[in-house]
Amino acid sequence: MPEIMYRQALNHALREEMQRDESVFVIGEEVGEYEGAYRVTEGLLAEFGEKRVRDTPISEEAIVGVGVGAAMLGLRPVVELMTINFSLLAMDQIINHAAKIYYMSNGQFPIPMVMRMPEGAGMQLGAQHSQHFESYFAHVPGLKVVAPGTPYDAKGLLKSAIRDSNPVVFIESQLLYSKRGEVPEEDYTVPIGVAEVKRSGTSVTLYCWLRAVGMCLAAAETLEREGISAEVVDLRTLRPLDLETMIGSLKRTHRAVVVEEAWPQCGLGAQIADDLQRLAFDYLDGPVLRVTQDDVPMPYSRELELSALPNEEKIVAAVKQAMRGAVEERPTVVSI
Amino acid sequence: MPLSRQDKIDLLREMMLMRRFEEKAHEMYESRKVGGFLHLYIGQEAVASGFTWPIEPQDYIIGAYREHGQALARCAEPRAIMAELFGKRDGLCGGRGGSMHLFSKQRRFLGGTAIVGGGLPIALGVGFAITYREEDAICLCFFGDGAINEGSFHESLNLASLWNLPILFICENNRYGMGTSVERASAVPNLFRRAQCYGMEVQTVDGMDVLSVIEMAERCVNCVRSESRPIFVEAITYRYRGHSMSDPGHYRSRDEVEEWRRRDPIALFGNVLVSEGTLSKQDIEAISAECERTIDESVAFAEASEPPPRESLYEHVYA
Repeated sequence: MPEIMYRQALNHALREEMQRDESVFVIGEEVGEYEGAYRVTEGLLAEFGEKRVRDTPISEEAIVGVGVGAAMLGLRPVVELMTINFSLLAMDQIINHAAKIYYMSNGQFPIPMVMRMPEGAGMQLGAQHSQHFESYFAHVPGLKVVAPGTPYDAKGLLKSAIRDSNPVVFIESQLLYSKRGEVPEEDYTVPIGVAEVKRSGTSVTLYCWLRAVGMCLAAAETLEREGISAEVVDLRTLRPLDLETMIGSLKRTHRAVVVEEAWPQCGLGAQIADDLQRLAFDYLDGPVLRVTQDDVPMPYSRELELSALPNEEKIVAAVKQAMRGAVEERPTVVSI
Repeated sequence: MPLSRQDKIDLLREMMLMRRFEEKAHEMYESRKVGGFLHLYIGQEAVASGFTWPIEPQDYIIGAYREHGQALARCAEPRAIMAELFGKRDGLCGGRGGSMHLFSKQRRFLGGTAIVGGGLPIALGVGFAITYREEDAICLCFFGDGAINEGSFHESLNLASLWNLPILFICENNRYGMGTSVERASAVPNLFRRAQCYGMEVQTVDGMDVLSVIEMAERCVNCVRSESRPIFVEAITYRYRGHSMSDPGHYRSRDEVEEWRRRDPIALFGNVLVSEGTLSKQDIEAISAECERTIDESVAFAEASEPPPRESLYEHVYA
């Protein structure tokens, strides 16, 4: 199987779905002539023309509105928001319109739209360009939220998202764009709403998505050498959550650590901790622990930024804490 | 195209039906049969009637939250719309939408959106899809004067012009965004001027005179369709009732309301028809009685319909 980059996997998914279905089009800032701020849409304008690869002015609300209206008429828009930070300018269209119209219209108007948006911190981009908003979107009924952590999943999930009849917030990781992984050349999809055990273990489950998947796999290797067997569950879809896989893992390991790049308060990890304690309390040998970003706007300073982010060491420390079953006061490890 | 005698009767009936519908909706709100927010269209009937007059079945309409008039004109289903206000299962949207969220796929009526300015970006998508599929259709996008101060208005007019989208933007300037007059909200009180920098044709029309509205609408609809270019029209109109049912009305005088009522769109058009000999006063009374019956039947229909069952709560969250 060829190894390609995460951005190429996304690019292949877009190209294949556009070839497959005339109703799929791509729209966003710099998606055409510039070929994508992160080169995800490379080559698409040349292949499909301006009709289907549409550059826009910097008007996020209008861009998503084009998607909503076109989806109401049965097209399949793939809207690119250059970064998730700019999605805030389009929140009215995403939350009040895309997520509601199918329900308010009593099922008359589905919104088969994908909203791609990269997020991520760790590049000294400052407080406004280093945010993780998955919990904002995962809060909303009517939206699906997808967050692939590998090139394989990125391609398979994007194809599923494009074929889905609902508005899908498709979150990508800026720091993963150049990561390589095995991706088949033939057509395949990864279903929305299905998590994957990326590594089997017996003593603790690490729940993660996006870039945290790689961190957790690395931490699991380190822990293995120290005699702790960690299972890594990549959620892949954040709404709907695959509770069956999540709880199935907990039943094997009895300990849980959620690792996320976002802030702690009201982060998705809080929801996961709630689901685990509510649905599988008897299987837990200790509190669900969390590794998150520090609860601060992201500073510019390289040193401060690195110290605020989750990393392998923090995950290893949290797992050791989970194994002890004790609760310690640590700024980045929140015990529920 | 000149209006036939029957056209004129139909037009008058449509406006009278809107008026009676809204009066009855008000009554039903007072008796707690209708809940939530209720924004009445009384006074503005000529705008919805006039602009929907020349459009074709394949055209699309998107409205805001004061959209009963447009929905009645386009969908011709007063029973289903009343039942929607009642929140019943036989409502236009099965009781899931309510007064502010009327949709009809069959009649290409795309809402009903209750966020000021929220419909304009969606109209872009409709226009985009029309050109993408090379449909012979246009999109009518209705919104109020308040929407002009939203960023979405400016993003949308710019893009519609840039991309040559077949959209007729209709600003119903009823003088107030809730309780704030246009003069207190817009640095440029002539609202059509706010649309003038986007390279599209901009018009203004007397929204109390349905014949003027139709003349403007026919010209604009033909132009948008044949040239695939957007047009912006400001229709000067007035709402007699408050913004919604909880409006104390302190922000304007009774004299002002009375002044506008003297140019009531239904009375104005009725007088034209009587003076030109198309209809007698008795004919008009008969049409009024007919509308009364239709609306009473709508209420009876809405009353008889069941609320949607609890088991249906989670239907249509996802397709």
